[in-house]
Amino acid sequence: MNHDKSVAVSFDGVSKSFGTKEVLNDVSFQAPAGEALCILGRSGTGKSVTLKLIISLLRPDAGKIWIEQDETTSLKEKDLSRVRRKMGFLFQDAALFDSLTLYENLVLPLIRLTNKTHEEIDFIADKVLRQVGLAADKKKMPSELSGGMRKRAGLARALVFEPKILLADEPSSGLDRITASEIDELLLRQKTERQTTLIVVTHDVHGARRVGDQFAVFDNGHLVAYGTAAEVEHSDNETARKLISEY
Amino acid sequence: MRAMKGISLKKVLEFVGKVSLFAFRIIADLFSPPFEAAQLGRQLAEVGSQSVPLIAASGFALGAVMTLHTRSTLVMFGAAAEIPTVQSLAFFVEIGPLVAGLLLAGRVGSGIGAVLANMRVTEQIDGIESLSLDSFKFLVVPRVLACVLAMPLLTLFMDFSGLLAGFVAESAASRISFHLYITRAFDSVDWSNFIPPTLKTAVFGFIIGTVSSYFGYSTNEGTRGVGKAATNSVVLSSLLIIVSDVILVKCIAFAFPGTAL
Repeated sequence: MNHDKSVAVSFDGVSKSFGTKEVLNDVSFQAPAGEALCILGRSGTGKSVTLKLIISLLRPDAGKIWIEQDETTSLKEKDLSRVRRKMGFLFQDAALFDSLTLYENLVLPLIRLTNKTHEEIDFIADKVLRQVGLAADKKKMPSELSGGMRKRAGLARALVFEPKILLADEPSSGLDRITASEIDELLLRQKTERQTTLIVVTHDVHGARRVGDQFAVFDNGHLVAYGTAAEVEHSDNETARKLISEY
Repeated sequence: MRAMKGISLKKVLEFVGKVSLFAFRIIADLFSPPFEAAQLGRQLAEVGSQSVPLIAASGFALGAVMTLHTRSTLVMFGAAAEIPTVQSLAFFVEIGPLVAGLLLAGRVGSGIGAVLANMRVTEQIDGIESLSLDSFKFLVVPRVLACVLAMPLLTLFMDFSGLLAGFVAESAASRISFHLYITRAFDSVDWSNFIPPTLKTAVFGFIIGTVSSYFGYSTNEGTRGVGKAATNSVVLSSLLIIVSDVILVKCIAFAFPGTAL
């Protein structure tokens, strides 16, 4: 498998099961650096598990995973921490720490993991909050934020380390079309302005086609199609054709 | 049937092993930096100061009821003067530590179990891990340490609330003065009746913190797991407090023979 610098994330024969349920079976793909890979598939086909494997919240049962030049399945916790800081993760429900304000959520990792001064940390927090349009809401608790604001807050937290790779799990789920489009726009800006690699799990084909350069389609734990939208549309796999062309 | 017994025994042993490893990890992480002082402060407020009203009210009610129950019997045997002594020894040696432990298991154990399980279900724990932060050190260790530190202090509140209620009940019946009540109450109390039973509650605190954090932190059953974690936390913490109390009472009696009533 090729691990050159043009590849941000690489899966090589990755399998993952939970008990007797096989979620991923011998999955291999490469996500090009600076591009957006959208992962499509029906519910329960291992899309979110794939994101958690990338950021090492889960370990694969078999296979290898590279983040840039680091093979993460054999790394110890200390080294994993270094690799994780290359990535930001936008969770489906934002996963903000609900006993902290939005501002505290953002600065928590900066205080713990960097030697930055309070002024520098404030500057970074204000910058990412401005990027996502929440500069006026930093003192709010997560419970005071609407669904769209929570997503943007989750995105802000994912951006505090200026990640090279941004993982997004269902960024538009539960949002109206306009708000979902705003989130897509924020993701696109990360790609175009900072050359961030995006890996987006979504059911929203409309948004995926807008954001994605490459598409991976999962079905029953297998990667059944991979390529550009046009390539997936002409894939041999019926599920892949349906998923990419729906709507 | 035999196979079923085999499976359940295996599961029980697996569970004991997992909880033990969890407890060892807490102890190891207690002594390794970074120390989560801010989190510890938050948890001390949550576990300690917010439990004071419940503990004090329960101690007061229990103290009054105990005096009302024991008074008639002691009066019958001409031992009314011993009421303060019985009250203080009962509270310091056993009632205060045990009841405070069980109350805290109910209030705090269920809270820790539910909060951590909810954080697991809503991916907040994954969120913390994804930021390269150690969620175990950040969430579990301060909670357990807060329980260990708060438990003996809450026991003191329980003891003295019970004693105060005993005085109120007794003075209503016999017009005993506060000075005389306190003198009699502490007359037969030795430090060994007071210090070891109070400090043993730190073990209860460790049990409550560890068990409830284990159930909350390791839940994997979605929203159903939140309720289950809360219930299991209370049930197992309470059971282990009672069992460990028997062992600790024996240990204290062995180390301080004067403690035994």
